[in-house]
Amino acid sequence: MSKVKSLEELMKIKEQALQNIKMRESGKRGKIVVAMGTCGIAAGAKDTLKAIVEYMNELKIDDIAVVQSGCMGLCEVEPTIEVSLEGQEPVIYGHVTPENAKRIVQTHIVEGKVVSDLVVKRGEVG
Amino acid sequence: MALTTNTILICAGGGCISAGEESVKQAFERKLKEYGLDSVVSVVETGCMGACSLGPLAIIYPDAVYYQKLTPKAAEKIVEEHILKGRIVPEFLFEGAKEKLTIKEKPAQEEIPFFARQVKIALRNVGVIDPLSIDEYIARDGYFALHKALTTMTPEEVIKEIKDSGLRGRGGAGFPTGLKWELARQQKSDIKYMICNADEGDPGAFMDRSVLEGDPHSIVEAMTIAGYAIGAQKGFVYVRAEYPLAIERLQKAIETAHEYGFLGENILGTDFSFDIEIRIGAGAFVCGEETALMHSIEGKRGQPRVKPPFPVQKGLWSKPSVINNVETLSLVPPIILRGASWFRQYGTEKSPGTKVFALAGKIKNTGLVEVPMGITLRELLYEIGGGHPQGKQIKAVQTGGPSGGVIPAEYFDTPVDYESLGKLGAIMGSGGMIVLDEDDCMVDVAKFFLEFTVDESCGKCTPCREGTKVMYDLLDKITKGEGTMEDIQKLEELAQVIKDSSLCGLGQTAPNPVLSTLKYYRHEYEAHVKDNICPAKKCKAFISYVINPEKCVGCTACARVCPTNAIHGEVRKVHEIDQDACVRCGSCIEVCRFGAISKVTPVVETVSK
Repeated sequence: MSKVKSLEELMKIKEQALQNIKMRESGKRGKIVVAMGTCGIAAGAKDTLKAIVEYMNELKIDDIAVVQSGCMGLCEVEPTIEVSLEGQEPVIYGHVTPENAKRIVQTHIVEGKVVSDLVVKRGEVG
Repeated sequence: MALTTNTILICAGGGCISAGEESVKQAFERKLKEYGLDSVVSVVETGCMGACSLGPLAIIYPDAVYYQKLTPKAAEKIVEEHILKGRIVPEFLFEGAKEKLTIKEKPAQEEIPFFARQVKIALRNVGVIDPLSIDEYIARDGYFALHKALTTMTPEEVIKEIKDSGLRGRGGAGFPTGLKWELARQQKSDIKYMICNADEGDPGAFMDRSVLEGDPHSIVEAMTIAGYAIGAQKGFVYVRAEYPLAIERLQKAIETAHEYGFLGENILGTDFSFDIEIRIGAGAFVCGEETALMHSIEGKRGQPRVKPPFPVQKGLWSKPSVINNVETLSLVPPIILRGASWFRQYGTEKSPGTKVFALAGKIKNTGLVEVPMGITLRELLYEIGGGHPQGKQIKAVQTGGPSGGVIPAEYFDTPVDYESLGKLGAIMGSGGMIVLDEDDCMVDVAKFFLEFTVDESCGKCTPCREGTKVMYDLLDKITKGEGTMEDIQKLEELAQVIKDSSLCGLGQTAPNPVLSTLKYYRHEYEAHVKDNICPAKKCKAFISYVINPEKCVGCTACARVCPTNAIHGEVRKVHEIDQDACVRCGSCIEVCRFGAISKVTPVVETVSK
């Protein structure tokens, strides 16, 4: 990586990054963001992440990206995940235990229905 | 914090409600509460599921078992058999075609206000980007503020922007950041330092941790901008060792920033060079105090010194140094990028912008919230916080950790900003808000915080080293039933002396919890001393556990868990607690399913043996 020396170079990186994120998601039809702050990890977010990845492999779903982020703020309902499918507003789920994660993958990702009892927020976060 | 283990979905369509759904839901909730399961099993109403002739319907998750034609009695049985014991109840199993059911959310589901009222500036990227990805940070305008500052603004212009924004230190003191930077700039020295205080010692505060773990690049960028503004070439981030994830991510961020040329020699092609080093704390709360922090970096014992001279005059290794809190710094890049007036649109005249609060204690939505300054406590606690988890009365809120005070419920219409809270005898502090209810004893709360400060006192000055311990011992006496009215008076006088004569902020603010609780809850102190009562029924010396003979069915559950065998009674006969043997551990109350055991104050004697 050569050092950035000008505004043009910075803009290029930004556009490239935005492109990559789009590609990462358009080669994919959506993404799942798992909150991985210390509060999430203490509540079991690592197991949740594992469950999501394994279950999606089991169902042979390979067009959904799974990424990590920091804490979303609603520590009370950790582990939290955000599911954004193409063309739909993102949905944030709380209390996502490995069992609930599987249910979300089955109901939301596969069947396209929002799992209403676990929803914490719809729409963009901030 | 419990995770939901089960979810019960109940059809709330017109057909099911008229068929008696409403009372089925109430029956579920009542039975769950009886077994103490209401906090781990959620009951959710959905839109009409479609099989109206077989209603009311319910679905139990995660097993996905469908039940039909429910009545309140059926609901009770399902809770006892299925939820409690995991046994499906065959007589109510759904016989229709599951595939034909539609499970929709109840129409017009409102968004919970938790997110709606927030304005995320400091937390703009937290929970959104992958903290280890510099590209994602850049995609969201990261490092554009640095570029703008280095290539289109002079250091003086950068300082002016921060001054105009009215940004004040978010670590608790609220000192105008722009002014601090300006004072440092004016010092004549070849070497200056930029320090980020990431020690975050307040118990219950985790705002800074969240930023460091979720958006470390914002701190790297902000410190570089600050270094440019004040004329520093080196920056230190002093992180507490108890935040290993933050340290790891910050380290990675610094490395990647170097690779991209945002740190190091000739940043972005200019002649400004800056580097950042991480220094790890070693578990001392006092090292969050700026002079103690600098001594710690210098390799000396973490003890504070007299101010003046202030760090901007003589700081790290006697060079001019600026120390800023993590949250303060995270607000810098957006201010530079969007301008001071953009920042001022939020908050109040004297306290512009937003503040991150960590809600903890007896509140439903514990977590981090970032709100504009000036929001009232009532909005913060009830609309965003969701109120008390069991619907009890919120008694007070404790702000500012061990340096802060309590604010009783009568004052919840006060706006949250530096001045208004100061007028109430409390401080905003770093943003920790601990919610207290009727079961929290104010004397006990003061004692808890004193215990912390006694432990953390560095020992250098007499008022703090000796005084806090004496205050703690007095509080201990009072909570153990040995206090006198003179003790309360001594406590108050001592608190004032320690406040006036301590060397550093730790000692100067340690008496705040005491003074604040005395101001608003003197009656609780006096009740302990004069009437031998603890109104909150918390202090063990003042309470007794008693069994209500009218509710006790003699199930022996309590006798079996009592660690001192203090409960006697035959099966199916009323039990009794031997007060001399009881240690007030609370195990019996937890297991009693009939609400027969309660705490009373003052203490009762055992009636018969």
